[in-house]
Amino acid sequence: MTSWRPSNGLFLCWAALMVLLALTVTLAYQPLGFFNFVVALAIATAKAGLVMIIFMELGNRPGLVRAFAGAGFFWLMILLWLGLMDFVTRA
Amino acid sequence: MSEPGDIAAHLSSPKQRDEVLELGMWTFLSTEILLFGGLVMTYMVYHHADPVSFAEAGRQTRIVIGTINTAVLLTSSFCVAAAIQAGQAGAVRPLKGLLVVAIVLGLIFLGLKGVEYAGEYSDHLVPGVDFAQSGPHAQGIRLFFIFYFLATGLHAIHLLCGIVVLIVFLRCARQVVRRPRYLAGLRTAGLYWHFIDVVWIFLYALIYLPGRSG
Repeated sequence: MTSWRPSNGLFLCWAALMVLLALTVTLAYQPLGFFNFVVALAIATAKAGLVMIIFMELGNRPGLVRAFAGAGFFWLMILLWLGLMDFVTRA
Repeated sequence: MSEPGDIAAHLSSPKQRDEVLELGMWTFLSTEILLFGGLVMTYMVYHHADPVSFAEAGRQTRIVIGTINTAVLLTSSFCVAAAIQAGQAGAVRPLKGLLVVAIVLGLIFLGLKGVEYAGEYSDHLVPGVDFAQSGPHAQGIRLFFIFYFLATGLHAIHLLCGIVVLIVFLRCARQVVRRPRYLAGLRTAGLYWHFIDVVWIFLYALIYLPGRSG
């Protein structure tokens, strides 16, 4: 029982999340103009993906579970896409 | 395998019980995604309308506390995921230890958030209570901080609920060796905890990072 330790996958995931956090803070201070916002959201998406695939175990769950998990994000995409369409296409 | 009372009467097998728990939590999380998604959409609309004010407001947030809190929450997620692995291995002591660390990290997050709120109050950045900004961007900054307090407040309430849930699982952690239902429940609680983490990852990018390079 004393020999138990978390899997390497969990440690790697945590380390990757910390690296991405350091990266996003560093890049936020670089003058990239509009791309600062894009980069911040892209890194946030990568971090969220790691949490969902490794910590929430979606990487090895059956298709049914993934479908339930994906449904929420699918509807979120519809919300953001249709909701923002008007604003971002207006001059 | 499972004791009497380990499965509800309307379920036929432990496998079905575990599936119902997991799918039920994901269904609940879908509604949560849309709750926070609506807030994020309002942020996007106002950010698009007035990016300069939002950059100005983002610069006034406390990025050191925000970054520490992000690391704290990510680490707590690691602890919860590791606690589930410990539970699967039947290692009760590591399971308890990891849950304690996750709970403490959650409390540290809330404590730092309180420090942050106090700082914003003394900076007169709380719309509706004490907001004293002037200049051409005052209105945009006000909108940003309305979003800030709504989103982080809602997130903090979720985190508080998550902490209570983890305390319940900590108190009956010994059940992990004889009741498979415990582990299925803990995994469901873990999904909720990780979801709170995912929400914060996006809030961090939207609140603390804008305007830093300007």
